[in-house]
Amino acid sequence: MHTSQPMELVAPAGSLAALKAAFEAGADAVYLGLRNATNARNFAGLNFSEADIRSGVALARKLGRKVLFAINTFPQPGRTHEWRAAVDAAHDLGADAVILADPGLLVYARERYPELRLHLSVQGSATHADAIELMREQFGIRRVVLPRVLTLQEVDRLARQTQVEIEVFGFGSLCVMAEGRCLLSSFATGDSPNNKGVCSPAHAVRWHERDGRLDARLSGILIDRYAPGEPASYPTLCKGRFEVEGRADHALEEPTSLNALALLPRLAEMGVRAIKIEGRQRSPAYVAQVVATLRAALDAAHLAPARYAVKPDWQARLARHAEGSQTTQGAFDRPWK
Amino acid sequence: MEMTACRIALGPLLYYWPRQAVLDFYAAAARSAADIVYLGETVCSRRHELRPADWLALAGDLRAAGKTVLLSSPTLVESVAEIGQIRRLAAQADYPVEVGEVGAIRALGGRPFVAGPHLNAYHGATLAWLAGQGAIRFVAPLELDRAGLAALLAEKPAGLEAEAMVWGRMPLAFSARCFTARHFHLRKDECGFRCIDYPDGLDLRTQEAGEFLAINGIQTQSAQCLDLLAQAAELAALGVAVWRVSPQSQCTLEAVAALDRVRRGEPAGTVSPPPGIGRCNGYWHGRAGIAWQEAA
Repeated sequence: MHTSQPMELVAPAGSLAALKAAFEAGADAVYLGLRNATNARNFAGLNFSEADIRSGVALARKLGRKVLFAINTFPQPGRTHEWRAAVDAAHDLGADAVILADPGLLVYARERYPELRLHLSVQGSATHADAIELMREQFGIRRVVLPRVLTLQEVDRLARQTQVEIEVFGFGSLCVMAEGRCLLSSFATGDSPNNKGVCSPAHAVRWHERDGRLDARLSGILIDRYAPGEPASYPTLCKGRFEVEGRADHALEEPTSLNALALLPRLAEMGVRAIKIEGRQRSPAYVAQVVATLRAALDAAHLAPARYAVKPDWQARLARHAEGSQTTQGAFDRPWK
Repeated sequence: MEMTACRIALGPLLYYWPRQAVLDFYAAAARSAADIVYLGETVCSRRHELRPADWLALAGDLRAAGKTVLLSSPTLVESVAEIGQIRRLAAQADYPVEVGEVGAIRALGGRPFVAGPHLNAYHGATLAWLAGQGAIRFVAPLELDRAGLAALLAEKPAGLEAEAMVWGRMPLAFSARCFTARHFHLRKDECGFRCIDYPDGLDLRTQEAGEFLAINGIQTQSAQCLDLLAQAAELAALGVAVWRVSPQSQCTLEAVAALDRVRRGEPAGTVSPPPGIGRCNGYWHGRAGIAWQEAA
């Protein structure tokens, strides 16, 4: 059944400039985080000061849009107060919702700010109805961001089994592993999404060129080796090339991006409430172009779902921002099944 | 040195071994010094060398041999089959369940459980919440260092036991994709059960042949065997109640025996990992998990 309410477009904002670009391009909401380990994209030079958030929220209010505040790493032992301070900040700065992953922090947010709208982060790894319903019963979560491991059929089933709003990823770099439960980065470098809000952190990356050949290392571990002239990408650990039984290849995953453009009417029909764009580490130009493209697609899907078709220029624009210029519908259609 | 009261647990078998190999392993485990045995398939619901009834029969044998038996629930739940597996575990009342992800907590409806190592219980408030849901024990996150574990144990609610992994390849990540099937250019649903040929997982090396990771179906592990045997007494002194050994195809019960020696106040001695597998203990020392540092 087609719902009358359009799906919300949720855009990444790694900076105030990206937030403005997202709203100008038609995002209904942005998600952002503080400049510290409390959010899962804790990259140098990115994220928000409290003053930036105050301006961002003011702009959102003026435009009738929303600011979602991500606090989606896990409070480290002995340092719970840092994460609680982030929840306090989210409340005090007027966030429309807080995106949380950790049950202990959800307890705090619920008890301290009963009116604060809580979303369960993708890092919370709720992959089936019992997990989502437990979080609703315990913490009153209003929305869940689904991990990128579920098929369309599974999303459909979930949407029918829970009253919690469902948000899914629609475009961006693809985490191959269930997020919030991947220690590969800390295994190689000591820093992980869970404990520091980083994956394959830049401080651990070293490039070495010899005879035209380029090696990418993470804490000294050879993650990828490029032939002369071969374009190099950021050495994200799970997308490197490794040897398995003597064969060097992308043993875990190729650098590809998720692109669910073609699935928008089906997602809407299932009752999915919001489409999320990945990429708080990306530039305002990326945010502007991807948001504008998805805005056009979502509007088309909403106005005339039966006549919806992906326009070639949408695909072309998104392809420019895809990793390795390759896109996939990821787990939604399980190409590896 | 005073005898420590720490118990020894065999974590769930993470690999797909031939049926007879599984039965032989647990027959030997029944004669070992392990106090606690976690049973069941937690990685891939397609693996079926042992059916649920077989696991229950094994549980009965191990209990008869004096072991405390728990049944472990799957770690990444997507399919109807996996949801069914959780429901079956929740429906039986003979054995407590080790919970692999939060959904199983609801299915258990307040019954006592052990919170598995992938629940991300990094601080006291989350431990308190788990205890409120019925957790009697939790397995500490693998990436904590010594100071982090000490801080976590200081925040632990009274009555909630702590368990820490001390030996075996570390499970590091979970995916919807099956990397073993991918290596063989097979579809996940028609994988030919190739995992069965790799009793300790499939080695993933760097392009300069450096030991790095191991592929085990949808799971990615450390290539190196975690070895905290030399730190076992210290773990116990910090307040860890249960040492976990994760089964490998070889040397596992030697690690159990080493821990038994520690418990009796003797040195652990050195236990070699299975041939071709190195050791790591970096997390304990506040370094990258892959690092190895000899005990001072």
